[in-house]
Amino acid sequence: MIDFLAQHADILITLVKIALLLFIVLTVNAYLTWFERKVVAHMQSRWGPHRVGPHGLLQPLADGAKFLLKEDPTPAGVDKFTYYLAPLMALALALTSIAIIPFGPDPLRIFGRDVYLGIVDLNIGLLALFAITALSVYGVALAGWSSNSKYPLLGGLRSSAQMVSYELALTMSVVGVLLSAGSFSLRDIIGAQASPRLGVFGWNIFPQILGFLCFFVAAVAETNRVPFDLPEAESELVAGFHTEYASFKFAMFFIAEYTSMITVSCLCSIMFFGGWLSPFPASWTFTHFLPSAILIPFGLWVIWDGIRYETIFGRIILPGLGTVITALGALLVVFPAVNEFIQGPFWLLSKIFVFLFVYVWMRGTLPRFRYDQLMSFGWKLLLPVSLANAVITASWILVRGGQ
Amino acid sequence: MNAPLLVFFVLATMAVLGALNLILQRHPIHSALSLIVVMVALAGLYLLMGAEFVAAVQIIVYGGAIMVLFVFVIMLLNAGVEEHTNASKLAGIAGVPLAVALMGFLAAAVARSTDTVQAAAQTGAVAPTKALANLLFQGFVYPFELTSFLILVAILGAIVLAQREKA
Amino acid sequence: MVPTHYYLILSAVLFGLGVVAFVFKRNIITIFMSIELMLNAVNLAFVAFSQALNKLDGQVFVLFVIVVAAAEAAVGLGIIILIARNRQSLNVERVDLLKL
Repeated sequence: MIDFLAQHADILITLVKIALLLFIVLTVNAYLTWFERKVVAHMQSRWGPHRVGPHGLLQPLADGAKFLLKEDPTPAGVDKFTYYLAPLMALALALTSIAIIPFGPDPLRIFGRDVYLGIVDLNIGLLALFAITALSVYGVALAGWSSNSKYPLLGGLRSSAQMVSYELALTMSVVGVLLSAGSFSLRDIIGAQASPRLGVFGWNIFPQILGFLCFFVAAVAETNRVPFDLPEAESELVAGFHTEYASFKFAMFFIAEYTSMITVSCLCSIMFFGGWLSPFPASWTFTHFLPSAILIPFGLWVIWDGIRYETIFGRIILPGLGTVITALGALLVVFPAVNEFIQGPFWLLSKIFVFLFVYVWMRGTLPRFRYDQLMSFGWKLLLPVSLANAVITASWILVRGGQ
Repeated sequence: MNAPLLVFFVLATMAVLGALNLILQRHPIHSALSLIVVMVALAGLYLLMGAEFVAAVQIIVYGGAIMVLFVFVIMLLNAGVEEHTNASKLAGIAGVPLAVALMGFLAAAVARSTDTVQAAAQTGAVAPTKALANLLFQGFVYPFELTSFLILVAILGAIVLAQREKA
Repeated sequence: MVPTHYYLILSAVLFGLGVVAFVFKRNIITIFMSIELMLNAVNLAFVAFSQALNKLDGQVFVLFVIVVAAAEAAVGLGIIILIARNRQSLNVERVDLLKL
């Protein structure tokens, strides 16, 4: 039994990593919906969910239960195979794209093996992500068509036309990053931004600011989020391509959308903001205590807030949660080896969090584009600008005498 | 039966079943979905052969753009289920044995000529994208420029064809 | 490793299935899709030979075939849309105006 495990250890480790990452991504999805509702609500001077658990923290659980237990009607006259395939395809593709993202530079040493954080590091990592993005157009188009109804058909066609148009600008805007890194692999792209001489100014955001803006706008349009969410907004076209989808199938589209938001945030941080690199110079070793400096006060504040919370349930749960957070922070101070290991993932996760906050902020603030404005923006402004960025970067590298 | 051979058989079965499904399905949207399965299986085979850039381009361009065009046209033209006419039934009865004979002949011809194709040069190496790019932009630069012109002509042609008549 | 002639036999089978679909189907769009299937089978043969002979020319040619297939699909689908508009049917047996 033990030698069976030892022989096939690589496959088993990968399977465990996949299961763990799936669990983490689905939980982050659920709490991202909580985060979005709370933040948008506070931007609109109201509270958002605050009854279902302390500070509404159990709202995602309630939503999950609702999705699982609601009635699931299938409209008459739908093309059965395609109707059931479309949400599955959207969800599977969105979750597959998380597999390519690296989460930390150093491997863990488990049972004498090096286990890297991140399921796989492809030589063509970035290109594989674009391939998955290209295939996810089908989820939307087939969902709209198979619902046998006019509003979803129109919404699906509009949405897939939008996704195909912005895909071009998305791909062209990262050409600058690829030229400076010289490789498609995401680990190499982060490595190319690690310059001990320039420090934080070696990050790709500074030479490639135009590319970053094009990429971010095109990625928001790809994921069908505000301000580009005309095809699926609640007040337009009923609900767009997922009108006829009920409880669990709608949840699948929902999870696919939030997972692609997370993927885009990861890509922005990795390609333009240095991934797991710290913005502080390497000689400032006191900045290694930043994770503890954030976790310990936050944990203490959660305890203090929880003790005076209105419900009894909150008065038990919140101090417990706060103690766990404070203990984690203290653990990092006590064990410096763990602290060193956690630095890379800490910076990457903070940057991902910032981008997710920007996504939610845009949702609460910006009005949406009209469809013809959207299409002319994509083709007439974004594509020429990203092409110009590619040409300028290529000429700059040629003049400086790169490879 | 080592791992690459097993992966090859799985992907080859997927491709052949997808192609068979394209023939056997009556609604064109199901045929289109089967063709997408064939293309993804072929991309997997290219990855198995070490041609990673070609695999990615296959999925992005063929699976993500050309087949999207097909699916759009099927949706817009509201293509329905195919009808079975007399001619198609006759063709089915007479033609299937002939088709099997054609495929068998091709496959036998290939299998018999194994000595002319060197299997020894398979190093399992992965084709680096840089070498491919060097070859494309230095050795094949003239066909490359011609294909860009071809795409321009195709875009103009498609726009002119799909325009509505100006009344 | 997988012997090269396995890939070539698969390519021949896919090409044959493409020919069968081209001859026997009645819907214009399905016939067009069988042409794409045949092009894919040929691409597979190109990449198989490129790996066997250890040269990258086969893969460059595959890129050109994909580009030409894209251009052909765009124009062909434009023609199909026109036929559907004029004849109100997607059955090739109805497009027989040039018959004697």
